[in-house]
Amino acid sequence: MIALTWPLLAALLLALPVPGLAAAELPGDSLYLLQDRFTDQSGKAFSLADRRGKPQVVAMFYTSCRYICPLIVDSAKGVDHALTPAERARLGVLLISIDPSRDDTAALASVARKRGLDPARWTLARTDAGTVRRVAAMLGVRYRALADGEFNHTSALGLLDAQGRVVARTERLGPIPDPAFLAAVKSTLAASGKRRVK
Amino acid sequence: MRRTLALLLCLAPALAGAEAGWAPLPGGEFRSVLRYEDTGGVVKVAAFELQRRPVTNADFLAFVKRHPQWQRGHAPTVFAEPRYLERWKGPLDPGPQATPAQPVVQVSWFAAQAYCEARGARLPTWSEWEYAAAADATRADARSDPAWRERILAWYSVPSGSALPDVGRSPADVHGVQDLHGLVWEWVEDHSAMLVSGDNRDQGDPDQMRFCGAGALSMDDRENYAVLMRVAMLSALEGRDTTRNLGFRCARDPSPARGRTP
Repeated sequence: MIALTWPLLAALLLALPVPGLAAAELPGDSLYLLQDRFTDQSGKAFSLADRRGKPQVVAMFYTSCRYICPLIVDSAKGVDHALTPAERARLGVLLISIDPSRDDTAALASVARKRGLDPARWTLARTDAGTVRRVAAMLGVRYRALADGEFNHTSALGLLDAQGRVVARTERLGPIPDPAFLAAVKSTLAASGKRRVK
Repeated sequence: MRRTLALLLCLAPALAGAEAGWAPLPGGEFRSVLRYEDTGGVVKVAAFELQRRPVTNADFLAFVKRHPQWQRGHAPTVFAEPRYLERWKGPLDPGPQATPAQPVVQVSWFAAQAYCEARGARLPTWSEWEYAAAADATRADARSDPAWRERILAWYSVPSGSALPDVGRSPADVHGVQDLHGLVWEWVEDHSAMLVSGDNRDQGDPDQMRFCGAGALSMDDRENYAVLMRVAMLSALEGRDTTRNLGFRCARDPSPARGRTP
């Protein structure tokens, strides 16, 4: 399916002048169709479509989570470490909080600092509660606020291609990346790199 | 004469898309059929307002006219699967299979959420829906009455192939809400949050690793089969899914600024 789509898409994009690229219509299954606004760990506002053109590893988390959420960061780092520097430079990592009432910009910035996350490539983001629910639905993440302020949630890493489509997903978390997911990251980066060179 | 006509023209769209209004629900502590470890089955439902009837085809038509991005054929597949509004004759014509007063069905959760947000409202949470649906004509919580249960279960034995009745045909409950049972299934805001895991014996299951935190779930009230069927169905759906008997209604927080609503 992907193999069929890529040459088509590449041909399509090549036919467009560069400024037209951003304006070109997103595919119908792109997460980037979500128009809601987000704020990153530096307080800067953005929308998901701003990430177009650069494959992203995406996950949902919250800063006060003690057990699985650090593992989510570890997992994304694990993917990072398994890449070549050239590959790494072309990958973005986006972690979206499911706890917008407590995860303000300062809380996000604190985690980014403590975990040594390069702000050029790692985005820790917050948005409003309705948007959190929408993003979670798009990523297949399920969560519920618990009585004590913690959350019960499924944990997964998703991979978005340059157009914001979910092309891979894993629930195998840990510092050693899921081989199938890592392979998908590498091939997606290769595909987006090739297009860029042309 | 001309003035009357103008007045009629002004009123016409309002009448065509007339929604049945909002019912205030007082809220309070409520024993949910879902007994999570952290809640012990008791949830606090804050006062809220609920639409008295499900959203109809006429209501939804008015919405897609104002918001073309939600018309069939325009709504991206990421927000609505291909069967979205499939029974409508055209994107702006519900046609004979979807009459104005029938509840709108084959709408995705994203579309339902967008509809409610466009009216400054939201979808009800599961707790709100379950709380509202516990009422009958005289009691806020009629669930322990075997007659109540049987009446609701009777609906589930009606074959779903027959045409949907119009909204508003069932008697209003004690809050003034209609059709919570017996007409369509309804989306809730947190349908995907009901992490149904059978029972607590799953603790050692590797799948539990998927969940951050505790919060195992068990079903508190095995006799309330009708509500459990809702939970099973809703939690199995993805946000882009649609079905022929799944509609919705909106909820909103009571606002002092809004005043008393009829």
